[in-house]
Amino acid sequence: MARGGYRAFVKAIRNYTYEEVCDIVERSGLRGRSGGGYPTGLKWKQALNTIANARYLICNAKESDPGAFTDRTILESDPYRLLEGIAIASYAIGSSEAIIFMRSGAGHALERLRIAIDRSREYGLLGHNIFSSGFNLSIRIRIEPGAFVCGEETALINTLEGRRGMPQLKPPYPATSGLFGKPTVINNVETLMNIPLIMQNGPEWFRSLGTEDSPGTKVFAIAGKGRMSGVVEVEMGTSVRDILEDIADGIREGRDFKAIQLGGATGTFIAGDDLDVPVDYEAMREKGIGMGAGGFIIIDENTCMVELVRYYMEFIRNESCGKCIPCREGTGRMLEILESVIKKPADEDSGTTLERFKGVMQLETIASVMKDTSLCGLGQTAANPFLSALHNFREEFEEHIFDRKCRANVCRGLRSFSIDVDKCTGCTACATRCPVNAIYGTRLQPYFIVSEKCTGCGICFDVCKFSAITVK
Amino acid sequence: MFFTIQVNNRKIKAEKGETILSALNRNGIIIPTLCRMKDFTPTGACRMCVVEVEGRNRLVAACSQPVEEWMKIQTHSPRVITARRTIVELLLSNHPDDCLYCDRNLNCELQRLAEELNIRERRIRARKIKPHLDQSSPAIVRELSKCILCGRCVRVCEEVMTATSVDFISKGRNTHVGAALDKDLNFSSCIQCGQCVLVCPTGALHEKHNITEVQEYLHNKDVIKVIQYSPAVPMGIAEELGIRYSREFDRVLNGILRKVGFDRVYKTGTGTDIAVSEMSDQLLTGIKNDSGGPLYISACPAWVKYAEQFMPGILPQLSGVKSPQQITGSLIKTLIADQIGIKSSEIFSVSASPCTAMKFEARRDGMMRKGISDVDAVLTVRELARLIRLHGIDTSVIEQEAADDPLSGRSSAAFLAEVSGGIAEGVLKDLIYKMTGKDADKHIFKRIRTGGSFREAVISIDKMSVNVAVVDGLTGLEKLKAALADGKKYNLVEVMACPGGCIHGAGLRPPNSKEDLKNRAKTIYQADDTEAITLPSKSPACISLYSKLLGANSETADHKIFYTHFEKRNVLL
Repeated sequence: MARGGYRAFVKAIRNYTYEEVCDIVERSGLRGRSGGGYPTGLKWKQALNTIANARYLICNAKESDPGAFTDRTILESDPYRLLEGIAIASYAIGSSEAIIFMRSGAGHALERLRIAIDRSREYGLLGHNIFSSGFNLSIRIRIEPGAFVCGEETALINTLEGRRGMPQLKPPYPATSGLFGKPTVINNVETLMNIPLIMQNGPEWFRSLGTEDSPGTKVFAIAGKGRMSGVVEVEMGTSVRDILEDIADGIREGRDFKAIQLGGATGTFIAGDDLDVPVDYEAMREKGIGMGAGGFIIIDENTCMVELVRYYMEFIRNESCGKCIPCREGTGRMLEILESVIKKPADEDSGTTLERFKGVMQLETIASVMKDTSLCGLGQTAANPFLSALHNFREEFEEHIFDRKCRANVCRGLRSFSIDVDKCTGCTACATRCPVNAIYGTRLQPYFIVSEKCTGCGICFDVCKFSAITVK
Repeated sequence: MFFTIQVNNRKIKAEKGETILSALNRNGIIIPTLCRMKDFTPTGACRMCVVEVEGRNRLVAACSQPVEEWMKIQTHSPRVITARRTIVELLLSNHPDDCLYCDRNLNCELQRLAEELNIRERRIRARKIKPHLDQSSPAIVRELSKCILCGRCVRVCEEVMTATSVDFISKGRNTHVGAALDKDLNFSSCIQCGQCVLVCPTGALHEKHNITEVQEYLHNKDVIKVIQYSPAVPMGIAEELGIRYSREFDRVLNGILRKVGFDRVYKTGTGTDIAVSEMSDQLLTGIKNDSGGPLYISACPAWVKYAEQFMPGILPQLSGVKSPQQITGSLIKTLIADQIGIKSSEIFSVSASPCTAMKFEARRDGMMRKGISDVDAVLTVRELARLIRLHGIDTSVIEQEAADDPLSGRSSAAFLAEVSGGIAEGVLKDLIYKMTGKDADKHIFKRIRTGGSFREAVISIDKMSVNVAVVDGLTGLEKLKAALADGKKYNLVEVMACPGGCIHGAGLRPPNSKEDLKNRAKTIYQADDTEAITLPSKSPACISLYSKLLGANSETADHKIFYTHFEKRNVLL
């Protein structure tokens, strides 16, 4: 507070009316940072202009993508700025009740946020009649158990109302009819963090950062096989390649770069020329890339794209709420088909091969129908990892399907091990550890692997001290 | 306000505020739907109704999107057709392919959609859903592997029946519809009304079949096979068999049933007359003694179970009179058995009814004496029609026959009891006749015949005025509770669980629209206007029972077999 905390909030409630605050945010061009990129000021105005006896502000700090930790880092390091942002936003839409929606297991972030709320209340920055302005605000934290889809706006509202976390049809949008039928603004943590700065420095200052369409900055959580990982804030317009090479300091020693995945479980893979795309909502949309909420995963050559897509698909299939058919059934089918590509079939006769090809032929149709028809954002983006991986790494998929080979040697079902007769000393280390007894031989003579029995687990490869076992 | 929008390159008129779907339907364009139910707010779960709107990235669900003036819509473009086809193919991919053995074969919405979209090959393969058959309930069978999760049953149960017995459980691939704590249906608050069966698009929900059991007994020479059918059954059978219903069809049905193999055919309507007569006596005693609370009619078994679970406080005021089916059933096992000269265990008594809850009622405590149940098997109208078809009976050449005495006749009041408000009307008419000896003026009942889910009227008899309330569908209970909380006093309250009464029962053919229900009600009201015997007190069958037959039999002399008891019921809520 000594360093100017809450000054923006005081400025807002002393000098401006509700409309003026909305106007300032609208002029700043701030767009929702949760991935959709909807202009924040416009959303606020819609809520403000809807006649109602109560309005709600919800801060979405759910963040349940695998490998995303931006919100959490922010909450841990600067909870006061978030509270200030919430306070200004609540004032702007005339809401006296704000809810921070968190998932369970937030640990430190939750603890610090609680302390921050308590202190702010002690200082009279929250509560009744703040600074004699007649404006009341209470901030509550709601901790909800973890379904992924509850991060979706309408599903989130359903959970808050105590119902099953299933997305609802839009329209009506939450901004006009949300929580308990009242106008509700839902902003994510990063969006709200920008508000105090905009109030303090003015919309023109904010516009000076970033690009024309997307002013400001964007926070990414860099993870994966880069030399550096952590949370970084970049100016909009920076290219993805710059983030990768300058900020994350490139890929780890001795590895080849493969792709970057933006936006968590339903995000897109970027590789090749697309890496030059600037971080900008419009530019990315043109390329068919979703900005996402800030996941930035660096992938190297040791990762199998098919297996990775399968992993994400499994995650989404388990997290689909089950309401609409394309998402519920589509993710299930896509996962089953991807598994058939990766796994070793019981017997490779013509029937199973034909089945596999038939399935693969349907993948793209299912993916596009899911994208076209699903009810909420989860289903609409569920096929993104698959589609973008297919776009960038088609040959890798084809290798899996036709040649039954995994170039990263990750897919167990497609690996075949053999023993180099010249190197094998017959030490029996592999044979004793093989879980399916697929390795035979006589002591001190070269051993051999029965490929029909082998499950591709790779234990023999790991235990061999003479590098006698080779993978294909 | 009307404006024009462009659909498939042609202009059509649309009204401001309506959805795309309603504009299209009005203009003769059919869009397939699965999760949609008329008069409900759309949920948009099935995505079958998607259409292409120019300027939108994604396809738009027509059931919920309001029309706007700028819209240019393609309803059957290749992109839309592919999407719809894929959705149905996805549903079929893990569906158990046992259409030939399915209850809804030839009558299944999923089957119809697959046919309409010309799906001729299984392109998408999948692991089948693990079969789970829930047969715990006496009335309703759930086959979860056939469920396509459209959510219609969940919404009907919550929004129409207010029982909220089923909901979605779990997420992702494991999502399924289940009762409380994912136990079987019998442990839940299900009131067995079967409205979910009526709305289910596939064979995931159907009534429990008693048809095999009945068939076995039909060939058993050691027992006397007896059937009773309630007044709505001939109407329902006529609908099922595609015949136009008229009064004569009752007599045709008697002939059909004898051809099927039943030894005796009786009318549940006689039982209804007795129930009405008993209740009018109860009402009169209640008013004379000023018993305080109203008399709740207990003819609807679904309502009785609802009251036992959710409103145990009113159980003392619930009239103990059994439902017409059970009254007739108990008379068959006593009076008729004596008449034929056999033991009651040698009678196999079947009841045909438009209701699934009757299956549950026949197995209730207090519905049997000396270990012999009043009714042995209950068939819905659908099942009875199936039985008739099974026996290869040409309904066009059947001779008209009369039902067997003494349970052979019914008054029009008994037919009226199949419509919501009808029993209350019958009871009051009977009371008026008993007290004044005159027929009631029909116009005084207008206010309890139509007018929403909660209707009330004051009927004056002699110098006495009777406050009557009719709850049409369980949603009306809220209004009743509010009125009672306001200090309103009623003498007689009729509750029918299904909106519209028994003519909306789950054993009948699912009504396509409210018009169908209105037509059924109209038939019944017309019968009431034209038939000669309008009251139990005028019905010869009823008079002969009360004046001679009941008294002559030791078991029926005190009329106790017409009464039962109700207790608070503990279920998972």
